[in-house]
Amino acid sequence: MNLVQLLGFGEQGWGGALLVALLMTVLLTIAALAVGAVFGAMVASAKLSRSRTLRVIGDAYTTLFRGIPELLIIYLFYFGGSSVVTAVGQFFGADGFIGVPPFVVGALAIGLISGSYQAEVYRSAVLAVSRGEIEAARAIGMSMPTMWRRVLIPQVVRFALPGIGNVWQLSLKDSALIAVTGLAELMRTSQVAAGSTHQYFTFYVVGGVLYLILTSLSNRVFDRAEARIGRSFRGTLARH
Amino acid sequence: MNIDFEFLGDTLSKLLAAVPTTLGLFFASLIIGGLLSLVIVAMRVSPNWAVNRFARGYILVFRGSPLLIQMFLVYYGLGQFPAVRASFVWPVLREPYACAILSLALCTAGYTAEIIRGGLQSVPHGQIEAALACGMSRWTVLRRIIAPITLRYALPAYSTEAVLLVKSTALASLVTVWDVTGVAQQIIQRTYRTMEVFICAAAIYLVLNFIIVRALGMLEKKLSPHLRDRNGTAAKKSAPASASSPSSLKTATVPNTHIDS
Repeated sequence: MNLVQLLGFGEQGWGGALLVALLMTVLLTIAALAVGAVFGAMVASAKLSRSRTLRVIGDAYTTLFRGIPELLIIYLFYFGGSSVVTAVGQFFGADGFIGVPPFVVGALAIGLISGSYQAEVYRSAVLAVSRGEIEAARAIGMSMPTMWRRVLIPQVVRFALPGIGNVWQLSLKDSALIAVTGLAELMRTSQVAAGSTHQYFTFYVVGGVLYLILTSLSNRVFDRAEARIGRSFRGTLARH
Repeated sequence: MNIDFEFLGDTLSKLLAAVPTTLGLFFASLIIGGLLSLVIVAMRVSPNWAVNRFARGYILVFRGSPLLIQMFLVYYGLGQFPAVRASFVWPVLREPYACAILSLALCTAGYTAEIIRGGLQSVPHGQIEAALACGMSRWTVLRRIIAPITLRYALPAYSTEAVLLVKSTALASLVTVWDVTGVAQQIIQRTYRTMEVFICAAAIYLVLNFIIVRALGMLEKKLSPHLRDRNGTAAKKSAPASASSPSSLKTATVPNTHIDS
């Protein structure tokens, strides 16, 4: 079977499956990034708060999720979660292994990991907003929501964008580890295709190329977003 | 809730027995990857167009694709070809341990090359010009000016990369290397006690990362004595300035870099 047949969209071609898997990877990463944004914002505000307990909790979160291998975290969530669900199922009379949905668990695991990186990004972005602007906003009587809307959010988004681009790339590559749960994302599909056709080299190269396309496109999108958002900041007093 | 200490102790001892494998993976790929990254970064800053593009392509590929797919490619993909199986490297490539080290080294070389390149670019050009004007050979410039400054700038980013490398060694368990994660996964699949095994394995990795970050932090401190806060700095600084010329030449570089950095 030649290369075109292997990768094509015919009866024995894996092209369709790979493209669907590509879509699954992108969806998984978007979900993970969203989860991470929520947790990252919470942890960033914990780290910036005046309460020492909150700061310690925030530091513990980042240390844990940046220091423990992603694979272990995925094992914990997937196999641990499945054990819990199976035990609950057995309590209700069901038999055998009940697995938790791998997409949800995968997004949660990668999301928590990316949350720790995003927390750092948001924290440094908030710290980069010049204090004078916040003081001026308070002085003219802006309410907190208005201050957030007009002063903080635009600048935080602008400062955080390069970091978030990095975290997006990181999460995209970490999503390959969800393959251990059996979810049909790009890595797993490449693995299955390689195993069933014994063309390991071909399919792993194709998988790698598809990931490269994803990361290159993401780089370009983020570069253009950064250029666009930085338009109003060129030549002003703002740093960077 | 009673904690099964016997199980915990048993798990911990099994996991600790696998730590040498993880450490072996880490140090081997660190050293090989480090050496390879020096080659790659030398290619990356070369004025030769082809060499430059190759290094750029290398860095793009190894930073843009997941490590897992690279590892599978090396372990499963290369073993597919009869040509590879018949060659002299087959005894090495057949072993999952060696394939994991090779793959980790290739990946970390890409990241490390970018870190070193960032450090290289932060060397103030004036210092290189002054050194060349003094008559230093290019090798001496590299040895006395470029390398120390690059090392100092690159170390913080490199400690992050070292931690990422420790975490990446866990992926070797997916190519049948019995490292800490591999043994942990085996215990989980046999006993289904995910939480306890996870806590033990996570603790081991956290301790490893802590030690590495500390070690690199100490190295950083040792390499930047001029940036450290010293008591009685005024008295100490005036003394070397009045000393004989060889030692004053040596200490002349200290305030120089301090002004520039």
